Amino acid sequence: MTARIVLLHGAMILALFVAQFVVSDYAVLTITRIMVLAIYATGYNILFGYAGLLSLGHAMFFATGLYAAALGVTRLGLAAPEALLFALVCGIVVSFIIGLIALRATGVAFMIVTLMFSQAAFLTILYFGDITRGDEGIVIKDDQRVFSLLGTPMNLADPVLRYNIALAFLAVAIVLCLIVVRSKIGHVLVAIRENENRTAMLGYDVKRYKLIAFVLSGSFAAFAGAAYALLFAYAGSTLASIQYSINPLLWTLLGGAATVLGPVLGTAMMFLLVDFASSFTSASLLFVGVVLILLVLFFPKGILGTIRQRWWRWLP
Amino acid sequence: MAGLRPGHPFPSCTASLLAFFPHLLLALLEGTVAAAVLALSALGLSLVFGVMRVVNVAHGEFFMLGAMLAWWVAKMVPGGPAMGFVAALIVAPLLVGALAFVTERLLLRRIKYDPEATIVATIGLMFVIQQLALSVFGADAKAVSAPFTYRIALPWFGFSGYKLFVVVASIFILLAVWWVLAKTKWGLVMRVTQFDRETATAFGIPVNQVYSAVFVAGAALVAVAAVLIVPIQQAHYLMGLDPLLMSFIVVIIGGLGSIKGSVIAAVIIGLADGVISMFFSPTLASIIATLAVALVLVFRPQGLFGVEPR
Repeated sequence: MTARIVLLHGAMILALFVAQFVVSDYAVLTITRIMVLAIYATGYNILFGYAGLLSLGHAMFFATGLYAAALGVTRLGLAAPEALLFALVCGIVVSFIIGLIALRATGVAFMIVTLMFSQAAFLTILYFGDITRGDEGIVIKDDQRVFSLLGTPMNLADPVLRYNIALAFLAVAIVLCLIVVRSKIGHVLVAIRENENRTAMLGYDVKRYKLIAFVLSGSFAAFAGAAYALLFAYAGSTLASIQYSINPLLWTLLGGAATVLGPVLGTAMMFLLVDFASSFTSASLLFVGVVLILLVLFFPKGILGTIRQRWWRWLP
Repeated sequence: MAGLRPGHPFPSCTASLLAFFPHLLLALLEGTVAAAVLALSALGLSLVFGVMRVVNVAHGEFFMLGAMLAWWVAKMVPGGPAMGFVAALIVAPLLVGALAFVTERLLLRRIKYDPEATIVATIGLMFVIQQLALSVFGADAKAVSAPFTYRIALPWFGFSGYKLFVVVASIFILLAVWWVLAKTKWGLVMRVTQFDRETATAFGIPVNQVYSAVFVAGAALVAVAAVLIVPIQQAHYLMGLDPLLMSFIVVIIGGLGSIKGSVIAAVIIGLADGVISMFFSPTLASIIATLAVALVLVFRPQGLFGVEPR
């Protein structure tokens, strides 16, 4: 890894660490949320940006983590760290199975199939309303969010602790993403995106690499979902709806697909934009729609994608 | 065994069958209506994908707009539900078609019908239309009266004559579209464009105009479907998602781009949906329909009647 890559990503994480001492309490909460969702977007980007597979159903993996963690804590009596691990395992298993099926479809069919599986998952959550509590959602009680780590008591209701946990998770996600995309796997994924037939002809097992990307991406999503449930003490079916499948796509496109920091930047930008829009309109989804159309028409590479194209060729 | 009369070996079983039959009949009738609705709403999507190889995610919103316009026209036009219905059958496809025309010109053509970009752009369009409908028409569900209220009296229950009219109308529209595609010069031009865009261009077919026409026709068809269906359902700004997903299911099971496949899949899914919704729950019916898609993909990735992409 070259020095400036380490420097750039380190600086970004350091800036986020310093931010908590500077900004307001409300901003701390918002940034915590952005960081957790940025993990989701980072995972999405591995599949969409690098492997070139557009999934419209990642909400099902986000929801897998969300409900595995929430039910793990409230029903199975797991402590928060155990619930997080449990959710991650669930995410790996679910994305492996769904990946095996969905990756049989290619191109447009793949997008539609992921969308529909996600909708089936959403309906399943509503169908088992007495366990998942449907729209109303599961609320994790305060005493279930207290756990001890290496003998130190931790309370997830504490906003500062919450912020730093989210930051640590995001840092791990960014580093993992960097490692993956700079490894052989990452290069093969880009090769598949650029020309699948040629990559297969060169002797790479295209299906296996696609499945690896799918499971990686789904696991990131499930982990983010679990972190979301545990940090914000809530799991509801709206977080499994189509809207939450579109969100990471939007964030990744805005920040720049196939750039490591793009999804993080995109998530933050979109939060700012929606926040700004909701000060004068209640139809914030209208704003999402307009941004999507404008991105596709005029700005297909996103923010960091454009920066890389114009100036910083080295950006991973 | 003493109570058994000759000729009726299992009286209790017969009795329960007799009680069961009306339920099954009702489920099958509702299923037939559902199948007609499905085939009709999937038709436009299938046509557009077949010729242009793009998926229009805003398809469901075109449906919603058609339904909203039907409600608005029915409110504006004097002379009762029948007049309003006829007026809506003219106004809704025209306006929705006009919107589709603008969409095709300003959006799809500019991104050169790239499949991925089209999906993202039409997702954006979906949100825009949905939120604008919310701002203009409000969030409450709107009932539209059927043009006539004749009920067919069956020995066990009455069944809405309008629902059967929807079935007949769907069959008529499907046949009409098939006739245009298979028997007219227009259809020939569309099929040539579908088969090979470059060759079509080389033979002087104005491919851009064909695309434009097909996209507008797909939107107009789904608007007609909405006008027909809205008296059975209600118009609501979020109503577009269901027909979109159901159309996807039908189109994938039938094979992307095969209209015959879509119709057959619509009949299967519609009937199954009717029966499962009646005896279990509508949510379960939707879940099962989606899992059917998974099975089709595992065993026949191109769909039941699809052809391998060239």
